[in-house]
Amino acid sequence: MTTDARRGLALISPTVVYVLLLLAAPLAAVVTFSFWTQDFLTIDRTLTLNNYREAFTDPIYRTLMLRSLTISGVVTVVTVVLAFPIAYFVSFQVHPSRKALWIFLITIPFWTSYLLRVFLWKVILGFNGVLNSGLLSLGLIDEPITFILYNANAVVITLAHAFAPFTILPIYVALEKIDRSLIEASQDLGESKVTTFFRVTLPLAMPGVIAATLIVFIPTIGDYVTPRLVGGPNGLMIANMIQTQFLKLNNAPMGATLAVLAMCAVTAISLVFVFFNRRYLR
Amino acid sequence: MKGGWLRIYAIAYLVFLYLPVVLLPLFAFNDGTVMAFPLKGFTTQWFVQLAGIEALHGALLNSLFIALVTASLSVIFGICAARASTRYTFPLKAPIMGAIMVPLVLPEIIVAVSLLVVVVQVFDLPLSAWTVVAGHTLICTPFAIAILSSSFQGLDQSLEEAAIDLGETRWGAFKNIILPLVSPGIVASFLICFTISLDEFIIAFFLTGAEPTLPVYIWSQLRFPTKIPAVMALGTVMLVASLIILSVAEYYRRRGIARVGGTDSGGFL
Repeated sequence: MTTDARRGLALISPTVVYVLLLLAAPLAAVVTFSFWTQDFLTIDRTLTLNNYREAFTDPIYRTLMLRSLTISGVVTVVTVVLAFPIAYFVSFQVHPSRKALWIFLITIPFWTSYLLRVFLWKVILGFNGVLNSGLLSLGLIDEPITFILYNANAVVITLAHAFAPFTILPIYVALEKIDRSLIEASQDLGESKVTTFFRVTLPLAMPGVIAATLIVFIPTIGDYVTPRLVGGPNGLMIANMIQTQFLKLNNAPMGATLAVLAMCAVTAISLVFVFFNRRYLR
Repeated sequence: MKGGWLRIYAIAYLVFLYLPVVLLPLFAFNDGTVMAFPLKGFTTQWFVQLAGIEALHGALLNSLFIALVTASLSVIFGICAARASTRYTFPLKAPIMGAIMVPLVLPEIIVAVSLLVVVVQVFDLPLSAWTVVAGHTLICTPFAIAILSSSFQGLDQSLEEAAIDLGETRWGAFKNIILPLVSPGIVASFLICFTISLDEFIIAFFLTGAEPTLPVYIWSQLRFPTKIPAVMALGTVMLVASLIILSVAEYYRRRGIARVGGTDSGGFL
């Protein structure tokens, strides 16, 4: 091994050791726990697939898991589709000297307490909420609309808001990297603005879109605050169940099983997604 | 006007982004406990009330302690990793860096649950501020690495070589040449990690002991409608504090990029 390689490894080792001890080892512990069972106050340490069997057969777990994946998927699509035009606008149409200002404007709201942001969405979307009273006073509706709070829609709206900057920034960075002369060349060679966008700009921006998709999809599955505050009984997600298993039902093995399953499901979907988009990542 | 429809869309999107943020101070200064329009009148009583809540002060001190320790640890781990990855090539570099950055894309509840299992079930230790620090350091380190990497990246390696040629030791060159050059990046990443830790709830809720952190305290208050206005006031104070901290961080980040002669790409993330 060269001196450089040894120095590099030595320098990075504290960080690696920390990640191994506090992430890799605990993850391994969670996986182990998922094969154990809770026997009232003690934990039965014989390896068994009982938890997994229960997770797959009990309709409540299945419903929650499928709903979580659906909500996360919808949130991802909504957030990325809404965010792309903003990233495009800032990258292609805002004057270079004002780009930093726009990016700053976009990120400011996200330094408000996360809990309070979610709570305020509840205030906005509620029966007597800001949105309803606004629409009522404008005469646009006759009675408060109710399909926007305490259901999956509210979860989608709130999470689409919470993850906005995490989608705008990677797409923006990818768009900034595009050599503008490629777009000129495409138009010189006879493509229209629309076909240039779909055949040149969008494919070149895909690495950013893929990153944004993963950055939204993966963490949303683990959010229990938004479903709890605005989701109502039919908007609860798997993370709420994981939390309940650990903190209320005192069934760590079942909680671990659900956590492992959620993690596997998200990883599998992400890998499939990346696989189908691999040509953009070369 | 340049932009046209896109500009209108962008402004509508900004309204969507700022909607909750604008409501926060509105309700904090509103003389009523009901979170709805029309507003009742102007009052500062909720801010005055904050000064008298002892549980809040305890939670605040606890959160500040956790954020300070987390930021310090994350920056140290960040310096090691960012320096190693930008300066040296070593075997398994890509997978090692990948593993370190994993917490960035891992659902936070997974980090929370895995640490909880280890601390409570495996070692049977009590939960405390330190368990929260452990979790927060894990998720903050990748942010520190991302910011510090861009500081280290722009460094001219010949500066360090010149210092060593002129008789400095390797450590001396690092301490006297490299560190001052990247110090704006260090300040920026410290402040970012501090702010992330201060606001983090999902991990803190699982790992906090008898002493709640500020977000955990806020969570406990959200159930009581009469406590909400004071929470709004608290949120307003925290927002202003965060903005000040982040403006300072942004200032240092830009100075750092200018110092090593790079161009600004805008934004933290």
